[in-house]
Amino acid sequence: MKLSRFSIAALFCAPLCLWAQGLDPSSILHPKPDTWPTYNGDYSGKRFSPLKQINQGNIKNLQMAWLFHANTGPSASPFGVTIKSTPLELDGVLYFTVPDHAWAVDARTGREIWHYKWESKGGIHTGNRGVGIYHNWVFFETPDDHLISLEKDSGKFRWAVEIADLAQEYFSTPAPLIIGNHVIVGLGGDSLDVPGFLESRDPETGAVQWHFNTEPRPGEKGSETWPNAQSMTHGGGMTWLTGTYDPELNLLYWGTGNPNPVHAGQGRKGDNLWTCSIVALNPDTGKLVWWFQSSPHDTHDWDNIEEPVLFDGEIDGQKRKLLAQAARNGYFFVLDRTTGKNIVSNPFVDINWSKGVDSRGEPIPNPDKEPKTDGALVNPASGGATNWPPPSFDPETGLFYVSASPSYSVYYLTDTSERPEGYGGRDSGVWAESALEALDYKTGRIQWRHVFPGDGGGDLSGILTTAGKLLFTGDPSANFIAFNPENGKILWHAGLTSSVSNGPMTYELDGRQYLIVGAGDMLYAFTLPR
Amino acid sequence: MRRIKPGKLCCFLLSTCFLTFAAQQPQQPQTTPPPEPPPGAANGPQPGPAAKPQGKDDRTAAPAQQTPAANNAAVQEAVRNFLAIGAPPDPAAVKRGQAIFIPTCGFCHGSNANGGATGPDLVRSVLVLHDNGTGKEIGPVVHNGRPGKGMPSFPNLTDAQIKDIAAFLLERNQAAANRMNYKILNIVTGDPKQGQAYFAAHCAACHSPDGDLAHIATKFEPVGLQSRFLYPKTEHFPGMPGPPPDPREQKTVTITLASGQTYSGKLDRIDDFSVSFTDSNGEHHSWLFEDEKGIDVQVHDPLKAHAELLRQYSNADMHNILAYLETLK
Repeated sequence: MKLSRFSIAALFCAPLCLWAQGLDPSSILHPKPDTWPTYNGDYSGKRFSPLKQINQGNIKNLQMAWLFHANTGPSASPFGVTIKSTPLELDGVLYFTVPDHAWAVDARTGREIWHYKWESKGGIHTGNRGVGIYHNWVFFETPDDHLISLEKDSGKFRWAVEIADLAQEYFSTPAPLIIGNHVIVGLGGDSLDVPGFLESRDPETGAVQWHFNTEPRPGEKGSETWPNAQSMTHGGGMTWLTGTYDPELNLLYWGTGNPNPVHAGQGRKGDNLWTCSIVALNPDTGKLVWWFQSSPHDTHDWDNIEEPVLFDGEIDGQKRKLLAQAARNGYFFVLDRTTGKNIVSNPFVDINWSKGVDSRGEPIPNPDKEPKTDGALVNPASGGATNWPPPSFDPETGLFYVSASPSYSVYYLTDTSERPEGYGGRDSGVWAESALEALDYKTGRIQWRHVFPGDGGGDLSGILTTAGKLLFTGDPSANFIAFNPENGKILWHAGLTSSVSNGPMTYELDGRQYLIVGAGDMLYAFTLPR
Repeated sequence: MRRIKPGKLCCFLLSTCFLTFAAQQPQQPQTTPPPEPPPGAANGPQPGPAAKPQGKDDRTAAPAQQTPAANNAAVQEAVRNFLAIGAPPDPAAVKRGQAIFIPTCGFCHGSNANGGATGPDLVRSVLVLHDNGTGKEIGPVVHNGRPGKGMPSFPNLTDAQIKDIAAFLLERNQAAANRMNYKILNIVTGDPKQGQAYFAAHCAACHSPDGDLAHIATKFEPVGLQSRFLYPKTEHFPGMPGPPPDPREQKTVTITLASGQTYSGKLDRIDDFSVSFTDSNGEHHSWLFEDEKGIDVQVHDPLKAHAELLRQYSNADMHNILAYLETLK
């Protein structure tokens, strides 16, 4: 058989070329502008892009490039399909999910390359945050607690492993985070008081590499913050949003959910470590290095999973490695991310549940505002002062941006027994509004604030900032909006079919910058005319 | 009315709508009796019509003029779907299972199955959850006991009896997992006299116990009434029909153009870019702010005072006001 010169070249190059097309985890350390290689675009969670082709000077000319409809057929959710995932972008292809479904879509044209559907055994289908990519393999989690691995180029199924027990009401929503050869997976599930954990899985086989329990076991460090073994083993602390990573310190940062039973605290007196915390782990071993508890002994469903955002800043004239979080309980925290030591604790909305902060900077809950049989009126509501929609830190303005929801709920205790079960209570949302806030990281003070007029109070959208001196987010009235990050002035908007439901992202291909945003079951791409 | 966008729905809104929706319908007939809650079960089913499983197509094609009871059943079903709770067990089997469980197992496991002096909690038991109402997983344990752990064997229980016990345990699992159905306990605990004084000082400018609030306590259950006086918005469960909005909550708007021309009417929609309203002739008007330089828009929100009072209420104020409103029979 005679081989042409081209075939010979292809023969020798093939494995190499194929490899080169994949995502080497080391390249995530310095993402190129033509890629968005993780849920947050990089490991830091800043969601700041250095791209500036789209900028304040030409934003008025921004136009739609394409539109993709995430058509799943009949949905397992009674409330339809919502894109909450931030797409990853690699070699001109976007990868994103909704529960049970993953797509690869041409990043230039919006045309489908492949669509994979997982046949679900059940589980809560509230959302999925997207995929992780390791070399030529795509990973995502499912509502019935499987980690799925697909071939990146074809969407072909490689394997699935069970990461939690569906019968115990676990369900899984985060985008897996790839660090080296670790696939970090978290999960959710508050219905029946199960213990939370975070795991690292092997990208080749799906086998467990390490397992971190978000509650101690009896006798372990932290067990003194629980009254007994029973409460500890039913303690919650879910890990349902993708975390961040500092490669220099080799520390993985992850937010943990509320303790269980959610609203009934009488059976779990104490701080309930490591629920409602930020934990810093060694990503190679899963060993806990430090923690900061944002809501000791939470009884308001204030999962502390909100993104721990990493940046370097100056505090009292000293360069510091910082971590900032706008928490669901209404506090903005800044920590030293090397040690976990608190620098700032300042509420970013009105709150009435805290008596201030202790010497560690951790809020002191007011027992009068815990759920009561006849109701306790508390702000913020159970959905929180903010929630999972991604915030952003713009190193050029030095401001931290968050979608905020000043809000009230009445919290009822329904299970007064010594050993409550399930949620043990419920809440009734009373009132909410939606606002975009810019916070000074040195003080936590609000630099500017834009309250969205109209209905839909409480709706939140993700945020992207760029070196084009632009901030992109959505409002509750289904507008996609560009703000001046410096002062909160609106510069551009587009009306979408529903409100922005994910974190917007951006990339550059062939010298053209694209801006991608999800709204309901639609993915929109915007760009400038040539 | 707060628009609930199905795509943006979160548990917060779900709980809000459901609580408000359920509480606004005190006089619905019970179509079928709900399974009897286990004695003392705080998380037993809320009184109301039992949910009937429906196919997805049935639900999406729900007719607009459903009865409140049918609508409530549809809401219950949507909640079960959202929470991924499987089909409820047969109520007759649950009742039979409970009757066997209490004298046979209740001494150790508690009559609610949530643990007793010597036996573990079965509501959150991994083995029971895997049994899922079939009796297949719990059967061998019941028949053989767990001698090492001090559990006696019950060889004489028939497979049918064990299946009934499994149905009872499944009902307990689902009751714990379905937080939307938790029964809210007595909330009328305040002092009506202090509530009356608070009302006179803060509410009487707009409301009267003999006028708009006459017999208000007969129109709402206490939970609904508490929710209504805190912030009286009509909420719809996502995708479901519901009561029409109360005209008293309607926002109005006055618009003055640069030319001096003035318009006013019912506010339809406002965001950062446009405003629209319906005038007294039922005609729709809208402006883009960009195209109407110098436009002045004044929105009047009749519920503004309610939102402002939220910052002032103590829990005691809230309970006292409710206790007072409950006297308006």
